[in-house]
Amino acid sequence: MQTRKLHELAKTIRSKNAGVDRITFDIIFRDRRTYDAVRRSGAITRDSVLALYGLPESRLTDFVEFDPAFAIKFTIARLRPSGSAGDPDIFGAQQYAPLLDVEVHLPDNEVFEPTL
Amino acid sequence: MQTARIICPNGHLGFAPLKPASFALGVAAGPDFIAADSGSDDIGPGPLGSDTCTSPLAWQTHDLEAMLLAAHARGVPMIIGSAGDTGTNSRVDLYVGIIKELAKKHGLAKFKLGYYYSEVSHAYLRGKIRSGDIIEGLEGRDPLTETELDASARVVAMAGVHPFMKLLDQGADVIIGGRSSDSAIFAAAALHRGYEEGLSYYLGKVLECASFCAEPYGGKETVLGEIVDGGVHVTAMHPAQRCTVASVAGHAMYERSNPNHEFVAGGMLDMSQCHYEQISEKTTRVTGPRFVPIDRIRVKLEGSAKVGERFVGMAAVRDPYTIKHIDTVIAWARQQVHDRFGATGYELHYTVYGRDGVMGPLEPVKTPAHELCIVVQGVAPTREMAEEVCITGTRQMFYARLPEVKGTAGSVAFLFDEVLPASPAYRWSVNHTVAVDDPLELFPTHMTEAGL
Repeated sequence: MQTRKLHELAKTIRSKNAGVDRITFDIIFRDRRTYDAVRRSGAITRDSVLALYGLPESRLTDFVEFDPAFAIKFTIARLRPSGSAGDPDIFGAQQYAPLLDVEVHLPDNEVFEPTL
Repeated sequence: MQTARIICPNGHLGFAPLKPASFALGVAAGPDFIAADSGSDDIGPGPLGSDTCTSPLAWQTHDLEAMLLAAHARGVPMIIGSAGDTGTNSRVDLYVGIIKELAKKHGLAKFKLGYYYSEVSHAYLRGKIRSGDIIEGLEGRDPLTETELDASARVVAMAGVHPFMKLLDQGADVIIGGRSSDSAIFAAAALHRGYEEGLSYYLGKVLECASFCAEPYGGKETVLGEIVDGGVHVTAMHPAQRCTVASVAGHAMYERSNPNHEFVAGGMLDMSQCHYEQISEKTTRVTGPRFVPIDRIRVKLEGSAKVGERFVGMAAVRDPYTIKHIDTVIAWARQQVHDRFGATGYELHYTVYGRDGVMGPLEPVKTPAHELCIVVQGVAPTREMAEEVCITGTRQMFYARLPEVKGTAGSVAFLFDEVLPASPAYRWSVNHTVAVDDPLELFPTHMTEAGL
């Protein structure tokens, strides 16, 4: 087994409002092979993102693997709508950071070029 | 069949200015329509509630001027949706006025200027609620109640293609729209030219954020979209940008919970069978989108309710013992506000930068930094009370009583010893849908003239 950080494997890792009550997260890979390898690794699943963000299952509204974009995408419910007083991220744009360092365990025979 | 080549220079007109160089290339490519969306709910509920713009007038005018002159020179329609960030009636009037002023300034020959409104009256919605025609909540919200309706300062409805198509049919040269679905602005143009719904709505979907569907990343650059032989072709105009399979497919899921389905007034765009193909250096072709019409149209509503006047304060901490006990410091200050004003009738928010300021309870890192900045927000019915709530909640952190603190001359550092007036606090009170019998009933259209 070799271990990589998710940011070494993904081209894009981002978060953004999806309407006023939700924040959606996109993890996009450069090619099919990396996308498939990360999916097989089980590093990004419904359970792993719930654990990472400390959320109950009810807050995870969507979890989708989107093949045309080689992307894993999930969406969470906000506790209060975006832009309410006290909301520190009204665009939901900086909530992805904990995903960057998620460890992905991959077979030794897979060779991955670091992505920029 | 006539072509429907559409350029979009800006994903949120006014929020930041379009980039003129790629826009000029887009205009030179010979578009049949020049269109852009000018609204977003990302800006929070404040502008809708207070009926103001978050975008500066100068930037709005800059983009409207560039688009108007290009459209007029080519003799093609210009279409704007969600005028002035929120698409309220006053923002539509503002943009109609800007277009008229620009036409006069440049001595443009007379042209037809169409516009429509999107605000929905409380009386209309109250009638729906009382008649049992439920105003359904989106994203898990309960149905709209009269109490929440009464709390709302303003409600807008999100138009589909219908008012745009009506105005195009009437020969409008320029259209200023109230609130609308982003994709509808562009889809209406393609539908007007007789293209089928699936491709037309997908064309709108891909163009709505301008160069966000291209790579490398770079906003406010122009993209060109058209329907060719049963597929949508999208092309980046900036010399260094390309529309690739990855960038176009990636954009399909941008700011949406579900990458396969997009709901608009009138139905649902199904992108689950889309096929993406790179057909040249800068162009990607998309085939397979389908549109599924709905029997009774439901229109999305957005409403904003005022919470109160607001002041903001700031304080910082460097003592490691105080950092470790920052929640005790905040609890002390909260208690002082409670002693003065009671438990309810105001809001007091603490955002602790250096610990979990950006993510709050979602933050997995539990070790704070060596210094913290605490931003305090006080919200209350009057400015006087909001200021006092905020200054009490801020200044009392200075006097927090920590049993083992070495520094007994003050628990926090102040950047300044005052609190600052901020915009009033609003909240999204309406995120619902209402059923309509006629897709135009919430969107009255008007036609006027501009130019000499």
